[in-house]
Amino acid sequence: MEKELWKGNEAIAEAAIRAGCDCYFGYPITPQSEVPEYMSVHMPKHGRVFVQAESELAAINMVYGAGGSGMRAMTTSSSPGISLMQEGISYLIGSEIPAVIVNCMRGGPGLGTIQPGQSDYFQATRGGGNGDYRTVVLSPSNIQEAVDFIQEAFDIADQYRNPCMVVFDGLIGQMMEPIEWHDIPKRNLPSKDTWATTGRKGRAVHNTLNSLYMDPETCDKHNEHLAEKFAEMEKNEVRWEEVQCEDADLVIAAYGTPARIALTALDTLRAEGIKAGLFRPITVWPFPEKALRDLISQDHVKAVLDVEMSSTGQMIDDVRLAVEDRKPISYMGRAGGVIPTVEEIVEAAKKALKEVQ
Amino acid sequence: MRSTSFCSHRVSIITGHYGTGKTEFAVNLALAMAAEGQRVMVADLDIVNPYFRSRERRDTLAQAGVQLISSSQACADADVPSLPAELLTIFENRDLRGILDIGGDPVGARVLARFRPKILAEDYQLIYVLNAHRPEVREAENAIAYLRGIEAATGLPCTGIVNNTHLCGETTAADIRKGAVLAAEVSRQTGIPVLCHVAVERLANQLSDLPETVFPITIQMKKPWE
Repeated sequence: MEKELWKGNEAIAEAAIRAGCDCYFGYPITPQSEVPEYMSVHMPKHGRVFVQAESELAAINMVYGAGGSGMRAMTTSSSPGISLMQEGISYLIGSEIPAVIVNCMRGGPGLGTIQPGQSDYFQATRGGGNGDYRTVVLSPSNIQEAVDFIQEAFDIADQYRNPCMVVFDGLIGQMMEPIEWHDIPKRNLPSKDTWATTGRKGRAVHNTLNSLYMDPETCDKHNEHLAEKFAEMEKNEVRWEEVQCEDADLVIAAYGTPARIALTALDTLRAEGIKAGLFRPITVWPFPEKALRDLISQDHVKAVLDVEMSSTGQMIDDVRLAVEDRKPISYMGRAGGVIPTVEEIVEAAKKALKEVQ
Repeated sequence: MRSTSFCSHRVSIITGHYGTGKTEFAVNLALAMAAEGQRVMVADLDIVNPYFRSRERRDTLAQAGVQLISSSQACADADVPSLPAELLTIFENRDLRGILDIGGDPVGARVLARFRPKILAEDYQLIYVLNAHRPEVREAENAIAYLRGIEAATGLPCTGIVNNTHLCGETTAADIRKGAVLAAEVSRQTGIPVLCHVAVERLANQLSDLPETVFPITIQMKKPWE
């Protein structure tokens, strides 16, 4: 198929339409406003629903209603808007309603900046809402992956009756790249008839969706059931990529845009005879913990460098859990919308290796 | 002959659909004019894109002697569609070559409407940049619809088409030829001439048979890993 040039945000909007998104609810916020803009033009052409909600809070609750009636529903936003949706995400999970939620991340905290960031990692992987919950979180590092993952996210959400998140920094939303449209692998998805609130339709009782349990024992059982689903997601959905790790002295852990910058840094480092490799989590939850542990447990790995668009580092906590104390971990991060440069990563890599020599 | 002689008017206004490569063309045009010894001023009037704007190339342009005007530095990332007062210099100083880099689509072009009386008083050209790999403008019919939308938003007639068909780093000469066919068809239907075909330097010499000028560029709007 012929390649086309797409802007990230437009491409994910088109991908959602191709994945059969029935309803889109959202509110504009930079750097993701091209998504609602594209949806407002194209969803009606396909006979689907576009609503510009009055706020992000309204948007996520519209997703709850539409998803609860069995529709494929999506919302997108950027960091501060996703913060507003946390209560709704918790309710979606409690009521077991599938949905796709996209976070085109910008620098924070608070209003932060409109330039790209990755400091919503904790929010996405630990959850900013209440209760014990998890969502599969896919993290593309180019526009091809973004369109593939958006389409898969609808299937993942339906398979587990759980929201699925796709997160990427603003650069991926704003940049242009050539992509190809191709079919994603088919999943065997369960019917929604047993739970979707579509009216009685000859059933003995109405389907009801609710996250409130008056009896603690019943709520405990419900949580046990949810935990079993999270365990299934962990088992089935974990994804990662390793580049030039076979002989690497230094493993750079990075996702999204920093992973792409790290790839260029690898070329520079290898040209200077420094054996560096890239470990790129593709799902940030489930985090590829075992894969990273297996990799860094090999004798040739001397050190690990974590690179993020975050001041304190967030994914580094998962890297630490995987690495334990087997190898030293160092950190290189830029925040507030500043993108790390190839040179900064090269320098941090050399420093990390020097410290273990 | 100057390599920029296809842009013969004093003020060049660069418009087009989102992501067709207007800024890349505008920055390269400014650098080429400056290399020919002309005094050039670029105005970044993109009020719709938060990233990848010509103001990011301020230093490169300054080194080449090109002055860049954009929203004040304090507002550069403030997501506010403010316009620089210095913009008027381009209209008032007729010793300058002016290049106006406009945001995508009719919505981006709307910024020009308030300057319409000023623009009409100058020797100007309104350039429509085309990229045949952008799905929304790859058919002549749609490309013309965007062109007419930009004309309606600005109140100015489009005077020239630039074929900037590319696939970022994956561009081949065949891609540019595909764009040349689209540009020719848009030109045939509208009567607006094709000014040039844009090609990175490594491809430019493979396209010398095209009837219009091939404008060689070097990529300025790079991604952080390039």
